[in-house]
Amino acid sequence: MSLTTDVSRTASRPGTGTSRSGGGEAQASRRRTRMRRERIFQWLFLVPAVVYMALFFGYPVVKNVVMSFQDYTTATFFTGEAPWVGVANYATVLSSSLFSTSLLNTALFTLGSILGQFVIGLALAVFFQRKFPLNGILRSLLLLPWLLPLIVSSAVWRWILDKDSGALNRFLGDLGIIHTGVPWLTSTSLALIAVVGVNIWIGIPFNLTILYGGLQEIPDELYEAGSLDGATGWKAFRHITWPMLRPVVSVVLVLGVVYTLKVLDIILGLTNGGPANSTQTIATQSYDLSFHEFKFGEGAALGNVLVVISLVFAVLYLRASRRAVDE
Amino acid sequence: MKSARRTTRPLALATATLLGLPLFISACGATPAASSSENVTEISVMDYYNNEPDKSFIGDALTSCGTKAGVTIKRETVPGKSLISKVLQQSSSKTLPDVLMLDNPDLQQIAATGALAPLSDFKVSTENFAEGVLSAGTYKDKVYGLAPTVNTIALFYNKDILSKAGVTPPTTWDELKAAAAKLTAGDQYGLAFDANPTYEGTWQFLPFMWSNGGDEKKIDTPETEQALQLWTDLVKDGSVSSSALNWTQADVKDQFMAGKAAMMVNGPWQIPSLDKQPSLHYGVVKIPVREAGQTAAAPLGGEVWTVPQTGNKARQAKAAEVVACMNSDEHQLSMAKARNTIPSKTTLAEKFAAENPKLATFTELIKTAKARTGELGEEWPGQATKIYTAIQAALTGKASPADALKQAQGQ
Repeated sequence: MSLTTDVSRTASRPGTGTSRSGGGEAQASRRRTRMRRERIFQWLFLVPAVVYMALFFGYPVVKNVVMSFQDYTTATFFTGEAPWVGVANYATVLSSSLFSTSLLNTALFTLGSILGQFVIGLALAVFFQRKFPLNGILRSLLLLPWLLPLIVSSAVWRWILDKDSGALNRFLGDLGIIHTGVPWLTSTSLALIAVVGVNIWIGIPFNLTILYGGLQEIPDELYEAGSLDGATGWKAFRHITWPMLRPVVSVVLVLGVVYTLKVLDIILGLTNGGPANSTQTIATQSYDLSFHEFKFGEGAALGNVLVVISLVFAVLYLRASRRAVDE
Repeated sequence: MKSARRTTRPLALATATLLGLPLFISACGATPAASSSENVTEISVMDYYNNEPDKSFIGDALTSCGTKAGVTIKRETVPGKSLISKVLQQSSSKTLPDVLMLDNPDLQQIAATGALAPLSDFKVSTENFAEGVLSAGTYKDKVYGLAPTVNTIALFYNKDILSKAGVTPPTTWDELKAAAAKLTAGDQYGLAFDANPTYEGTWQFLPFMWSNGGDEKKIDTPETEQALQLWTDLVKDGSVSSSALNWTQADVKDQFMAGKAAMMVNGPWQIPSLDKQPSLHYGVVKIPVREAGQTAAAPLGGEVWTVPQTGNKARQAKAAEVVACMNSDEHQLSMAKARNTIPSKTTLAEKFAAENPKLATFTELIKTAKARTGELGEEWPGQATKIYTAIQAALTGKASPADALKQAQGQ
């Protein structure tokens, strides 16, 4: 903090200097030196950020791209030799019969998760806008799924969703809804739905928190004015809340998509990509290739496919936010 | 300007720290190059026995072997799942430990990188070891790792449930199917095994596949198909819960202990847990074969001890002494008894089985146990993936066993 204030004080000085004395060669050259020094300082302030980005973001990304064009095996770690194979890794992973399954699963998983998280999150956010007793406590309790380590959540859900002795089947059975155990995690048609359900549960707090924050920003006067014109209830939401919330919504959705695309631990914890690859996504397949089959080149290639997909959404987000600023 | 100058110092310091940090980190990682004539007083060991009681059993054996070799042991235990990534990381930064433990199916993979030294370089004896144990430790005709104790899987059965139903432990597949069907009632399944989409699922399937003459190199054969048909039938009849598709071996043990499975496919490492429940009376038999007359087959499990190429001959020699000592008769017997595993030397089998009747079936199986990497070497992970892919496709009903195997083999 003190650094910034010091600099702003120095920066304001040249202005006062010039107004006190008028012109002169020496004065001008001094001003130039000062200007140059100031530029150097500006660059120096960038250095920590640039170094950090280059070390922790630039290097891994570049390394991953290079790796995806190499025959990178366990031996590479010891010998350092990784023969260049061009696009062979991409050709292998993209033409594999599993790729289309994983791509479809990734799309369904992301779409389902985002839709569920967003709708429930928004509904809860709107609900908590009202004033009622225990509002604060309930809202903080809803954050719990976010606070639990993912590996813990998935272990607990794996137990809840068990076919024979899981809590969910027991509950539904006692209600008389089902008579035989539903194989939530071991049926090829249900496993993806179950995994999406768990991921929705995990994602609700994030959506709720951000959307609730966005709702708080909307001035009450708008609703008052609207109600005079007859906009209450659903109409108020449609014509006041929704347009005012749009910038926040785009942030939540784009971040949600990027987070969901790369989900790994929940799926590994719940189903390991099974049964019969019905919950296999690009992220889990890439992990499998690299760390179970030791085909690091192919794993990296598939990882890059995922990065490109995420990047598309990141660009969409940047354009959307720029448009919002322009408006 | 005074204030500006004041700001430069912390700024320069911060910049220098940030730029210098990687250098500092890499300096920490580098091992000082030591001459081979130095007097070795300490060697480093890495293994994945990070849970008690195994951690202490292995630790005690290492300490005693260290004392014998005149060195102190600096031991690091890492979780099983992160061992391989740790080894790869260390082999690229040239900081491998002097003695390294590996799970046996990983040995050829690591030996192929050149990171390990052949044990023959240090005259470590490989006599009397079971054939499967040596083949697991061998890469390109050289032995790189030796396992003091090993394990495999067999069929556990609940004596009380079987005798109440009047069922004798099955020896053939037909008997297994009949017994499992008869033992399935209400909440209780006849049998539990692990068919999950990991190498564990493959490992559990191997005894069925191998005893019927199936070959991991080419899985779309009638022999392997018959084995997969058996598993599919068991799940289809409801004798095995379809949850097997997602169970680990620990889950299978839990089902068995809770009385929800009358029989299970599992290994001797579960015995300590099973014995904690005195009301549970269980027996162990070999996994049934398709026809009487076929021999039961057992996949070999267990960890091998190796000497990495650290570039320091004196330390490597000491490390080899420790590995040899860990594999001595005395340590094999004591570790096997303590850890409910089987000594890997066939010469010790008879004595061991007599002293530990609970492990007799496993001891018998180990004599002919096969290493997973025995035939395929470093190609094993790829083929193991195909096997569990086929199992999952068949057991979920996505494909018939024959089609599932054909599709997986063609992948």
